[in-house]
Amino acid sequence: MARALINVPAKAKRGEVVAIKTLISHVMESGFRYSNTGQLIPRNIITWFQCTYNGEEIFSAELHAAMAANPFITFHTVATESGKLEFTWTGDNGFSATESATITVE
Amino acid sequence: MIWRALLLLGAVLAGAASSAFGAEIPSGERRSAYDLMSRETKAMQDDDTANPGTFSVLDGEALWSAKAGTADKACADCHGDARASMKGVAARYPAFDPAHRRPLDLEQRINVCRTEQQKAPALAHESKELLALTAYVARQSRGIPISIAADRMVEFLDAGRSLFYRRQGQLNLACSQCHDDNWGKSLAGNAIPQGHPTGYPLYRLEWQTLGSLQRRLRNCMTGMRAEPYAYGAPENVALELYLMWRARGLAMETPAVRP
Repeated sequence: MARALINVPAKAKRGEVVAIKTLISHVMESGFRYSNTGQLIPRNIITWFQCTYNGEEIFSAELHAAMAANPFITFHTVATESGKLEFTWTGDNGFSATESATITVE
Repeated sequence: MIWRALLLLGAVLAGAASSAFGAEIPSGERRSAYDLMSRETKAMQDDDTANPGTFSVLDGEALWSAKAGTADKACADCHGDARASMKGVAARYPAFDPAHRRPLDLEQRINVCRTEQQKAPALAHESKELLALTAYVARQSRGIPISIAADRMVEFLDAGRSLFYRRQGQLNLACSQCHDDNWGKSLAGNAIPQGHPTGYPLYRLEWQTLGSLQRRLRNCMTGMRAEPYAYGAPENVALELYLMWRARGLAMETPAVRP
């Protein structure tokens, strides 16, 4: 089971720039490594990350094989209205994880 | 002339002997390797939602109350809430175990509990489960100064100390040559730490995963081109014991992040 940690301020002033931090547990196996017995370890990475704010996409990213395990993605957005931030990670072998956070804008 | 040369030789030898054994870092100068890290890596360790070690702590919290073995008992059934019962425990390990008449490190203690109390098979060294349980237990000691009660473990402590000062491997190096004599300087672009095990099990960026102190010790030995001791070997536990005793007074940081 994938675990994700989200750090979003619970409250913000309207128009304030807020930092959003996300961390997800994932091996990010590059597909270029060999096991002790000489077998190629198949690629297993997250390929896509998306964040929506009240349904509208505010940030997305493509991830590639050179990225470290447990990807930590942090970005900023302008707090426009109270609502829900939804985070989605998708990847190899049908990997999919979602997480959400609420923000109150005053 | 000969007498003068011999005297000189004697003085050199005495000097070499004292520098090999007398260079222990005084308590005022003891530093965690945290101090040598970049601002970014420090920030990663300090923020639980940025520290990948948190995943293991959360896994360990779930395992703490999961029943295991034929005794069908969870850690929590005997020890209750780990946040109270395990507070400060990791700061005094490895600790002497009267039944086994030797010191056990935290991983071994957890496995003794598993095999003797839970009647469950021991967890493998460096397995996700053992690291998670160890990280969860050690997390409860964060901020607590390391304090080893060495009185019943003097012979084991001495064994660890002599390993620390013994030259070994093809490079003929002793732990002390880096971590007592040259800490703070660089080794191939990396800062040499004093070698205090304040944050184990810790997330090492190089490993991209959590690892135990024994894994780190085996890494160091491979680097010295020495044959690493097996996981759980008495030599490794003796070294762990000496290193924790040497780090006495420093605060626990588990789960730490290191480059």
